[in-house]
Amino acid sequence: MYETTYHRPSSIDEAAALFSKGKEAKYLAGGHTLIPVMKQRLASPSDVIDLGKIKELIGVEPSGDGIVVKAATTHYDVATSDTVKKALPALAYLASLIGDPAVRHRGTIGGSLANNDPAADYPAAVLATGATVKTNKRTIAADEFFKGLFSTALEDGEIITAVSFPVQAKAGYAKFPHPASRFALTGVFVAKTPSGDVRVAATGASQNGVMRIPAIEAALKANWSAGALDGVSISADGLLSDIHGSADYRANLIKVMAQRAVTAAG
Amino acid sequence: MGVEGIGASVVRKEDKRFITGKGRYVDDIKLVGCTHAHFIRSPHAHAKVKGIDSTEAMKMPGVIAVLTGQQLVDDKIGNLICGWAITSKDGSPMKMGAWPAMAPETVRFVGQAVAVVIAETKNQAKDAAEAVVVNYEELPAVADVRAAIKSGAPQLHPEAPGNIIYDWHLGDEAAVNAAFSKAANVVSLDLTNNRLAPNAMEPRAAIADYDAAEEHFTLYTTSQNPHVARLVLSAFYNVAPEHKLRVIAPDVGGGFGSKIYIYPEEMVALWASKKVGRPVKWTGDRTEAFLTDAHGRDHVSHAEMAFDKDNKILGLRVKTHANFGAYMSLFSSAVPTYLYATLLSGQYLIPAIYAEVIAVYTNTTPVDAYRGAGRPEASYLLERMMETAARQLKVDPAELRKKNFITSFPYQTPVIMAYDAGDFHASIDAAMKAIDYAGFAARKAKAKSEGKLRGIGVSCYIEACGIAPSKAVGSLGAGVGLWESAEIRVNPVGTIEVLTGTHSHGQSHETTFCQIIAERLGVPISQVSIVHGDTDKVQFGMGTYGSRSIAVGGTAIVKAMEKVEAKAKKIAAHALEASENDIVIENGEFKVTGTDKSIALPMVALAAYTAHNLPDGMEPGLKETAFYDPTNFTFPAGAYICEVEVDAATGKTSFVNFVAADDFGRLINPMVVEGQVHGGLAQGIGQALLEHAVYDGNGQPVTASFMDYTMPRADDLPSFKVSHTTTLCPGNPLGVKGCGEAGAIGASAAVINAITDAIGNNKLEMPATPDRVWHAIHG
Repeated sequence: MYETTYHRPSSIDEAAALFSKGKEAKYLAGGHTLIPVMKQRLASPSDVIDLGKIKELIGVEPSGDGIVVKAATTHYDVATSDTVKKALPALAYLASLIGDPAVRHRGTIGGSLANNDPAADYPAAVLATGATVKTNKRTIAADEFFKGLFSTALEDGEIITAVSFPVQAKAGYAKFPHPASRFALTGVFVAKTPSGDVRVAATGASQNGVMRIPAIEAALKANWSAGALDGVSISADGLLSDIHGSADYRANLIKVMAQRAVTAAG
Repeated sequence: MGVEGIGASVVRKEDKRFITGKGRYVDDIKLVGCTHAHFIRSPHAHAKVKGIDSTEAMKMPGVIAVLTGQQLVDDKIGNLICGWAITSKDGSPMKMGAWPAMAPETVRFVGQAVAVVIAETKNQAKDAAEAVVVNYEELPAVADVRAAIKSGAPQLHPEAPGNIIYDWHLGDEAAVNAAFSKAANVVSLDLTNNRLAPNAMEPRAAIADYDAAEEHFTLYTTSQNPHVARLVLSAFYNVAPEHKLRVIAPDVGGGFGSKIYIYPEEMVALWASKKVGRPVKWTGDRTEAFLTDAHGRDHVSHAEMAFDKDNKILGLRVKTHANFGAYMSLFSSAVPTYLYATLLSGQYLIPAIYAEVIAVYTNTTPVDAYRGAGRPEASYLLERMMETAARQLKVDPAELRKKNFITSFPYQTPVIMAYDAGDFHASIDAAMKAIDYAGFAARKAKAKSEGKLRGIGVSCYIEACGIAPSKAVGSLGAGVGLWESAEIRVNPVGTIEVLTGTHSHGQSHETTFCQIIAERLGVPISQVSIVHGDTDKVQFGMGTYGSRSIAVGGTAIVKAMEKVEAKAKKIAAHALEASENDIVIENGEFKVTGTDKSIALPMVALAAYTAHNLPDGMEPGLKETAFYDPTNFTFPAGAYICEVEVDAATGKTSFVNFVAADDFGRLINPMVVEGQVHGGLAQGIGQALLEHAVYDGNGQPVTASFMDYTMPRADDLPSFKVSHTTTLCPGNPLGVKGCGEAGAIGASAAVINAITDAIGNNKLEMPATPDRVWHAIHG
């Protein structure tokens, strides 16, 4: 690892100020991507600014039409939050599947979303529920937030402060874990709004990161049941292919995981 | 049996320090004035090294030296060796290319070292390494064994035309041809045995410390066999003379074979320590482990088996291409020959066997022995063959095996091995009972009615352990003898030190070897210490691998104990004024049989060392040494049966049950044995379902981290049901056979046989990832 300066600010404003002063600063929000990359000398930030101890970034709150999960809330806290389990149990379940206990006690939702790993779990929930990403500068709709592999709408230095999840009539997540990394080889989040709209997002499958699956959305809107997807065909075009899953296998998993997510959602 | 003697599940003595974090590994050792080494490694699978410019690096903070392969040549440091000579079928010797510890001219796999930076800190060495400019001229590369033998393939070594190291054979080809000509049925099978990365928990490490005043070297290293390391480093590599080199292998965190070999990093550290005049430390990281620890397996085979009309086996024909990687590692040549083809008879009476093995260079990490070493490859091939045959012949797989079992011992196979004892029916019967084999059809039908794919798979393995009779292996090309030694020191106060040439890196020797002493003397194991892993302390030894420690090392201990006891009885008889023939040893006391006269061991020991009143002519002291050379291999065998359920929608395999019935001869510590079986099964199942070291077409590793290389984890594995049947090994006084590798040898075939049974398609290779199984189901 190259030499770096570690900061632990106590407010969002202080963090942003440190970032703008740093020559090549990076935010740390769990570190499960940044720290390994630094250890391999593939990243050399001048300053590492830890967002994990900023009190205003931690916690889960109910809001009028859903819940707000603040950005530095750990996966463990989301998985075990009574508020989340009551309002959006599929999100708590998703968080419980991320990594292992050590990862879940340190990794954060904001860190996961800002990194936008194409196989991360949270992006599927955010995109499928039509959540809103709040930053220290603005709010960004889920459909506008994810911009392909490891790429988001965030500007340089912008800090995610919270994610606002609207309440769903039904929601479910099913994940087929990557055998080695335990990221999602393919994970599918299905959500149905109180007004009957359906959104479905798949992670781990596409060369462009998390994506919505219109064919499954249409089928489920017409008939919210796992069986409704029996006749749906998912194209392998544009899907990832590697030693753990060929593109056609991942296409199959999108459908199968969607069916299981619908079953889980009830 | 005493409470701590043979057969007792004594809690491990070594666990106190391991569990409390007090283990002392190479990287834990801090020497005053130590420098740190970082190797510069090739990013290319095949390239010419056109030049190395370290001018800028030498100006960087803390840098002491940048050393290159050319300097090794200039200092006349030897190339790495392969210690087992194999002769091709045409009578020519194996064709070994030169392997310098750092490449002066050509790199042949990603990760091969070309230079090393020595600096005050590891980080400074890494910083400077980035400033060293290595000019490569890339060459075409080949990673796949089949591609490497095609005409026009990139050529690795001028010594080995066509990339072929040897084309070897074993058995009687004419007899096999005759057997096939009269066969009622012939079953054929193509399969690959996937390449594995060993991944011991502790990466390799070395500290070399040159003492200029004494012209003496000390090497702390992660070795399974420190004496062999010293021998090779001095006899072949010319880095230090044997009497001026002390090799210490302290606590070592797993080896699985990968720490048998003497690697470039150890020899460079020794050489560099003398050059810079200070200790040099190198600790590998996980990436280096993936790139440079010798890999395992990587066979491509075609096999055919002939049966008569009664389903008795008539003959077996096998042709295997073994991928050796870019260089011949220390024992690489023996693995796909004398540790593989010699086991192709399995548990079966096969009148004729013929095996051909072609060893091939590729631009990949060198391949050598890995837990099981040749025997897993043989067992996997044979047990998939038996299952395939049963399906083709439409007979029950267990019954086909039973029909062909060897039942009379000793049994001379057509492929060198002479099995001394066994009861294969007992093992398979125990396993079938444990898994309720008879009830499987009903369970499968029930699962099917619920839309699930249920399968069962059998694997009956045999292995050759207790490696090995020196004369026999010498006649087959081995460069070393494979005996073992022990020294027993009874101290004046009656405590006992056992010096063994084996090395424990997870095998529990510090407990089980003490149990042998406790059994014989009736003393608690707390009074006994096991000393190993230091060439200055231990007389000599060949180390630990090939499940040899108890059968060979344990027998050496018994032999030394017999000498100690004989002398102690003389002393006791003298003190008690009795005949030594009347002395018996019980509960730590020497008693005159039939009387109440006795003398405790400490008093005997004290008498030996005070020497005030010893029998006339007796030398003082109570310390004896024995060198034991086994008369035969030992033959652990057993039956594993696995029941799985496959999710047709995802191809995911789940275990319903996994049972093991092993025959290891006498068990010293059943708890330790069970632990060894669990670990072996985990590695066998890992190979079957998860692990695969993959290269792309250009020789770039695809799986050089745990993000891509799937190590088995607890939740990947079932809760094993382990049991034992016992036939004592007639070849050693303990009746032991060895248990360290069995699980890794027998498990993989059971798993694949179960999956192919479940999905009704035999075209499935390891690892049976969900993706592969799904494709096997759906095309």
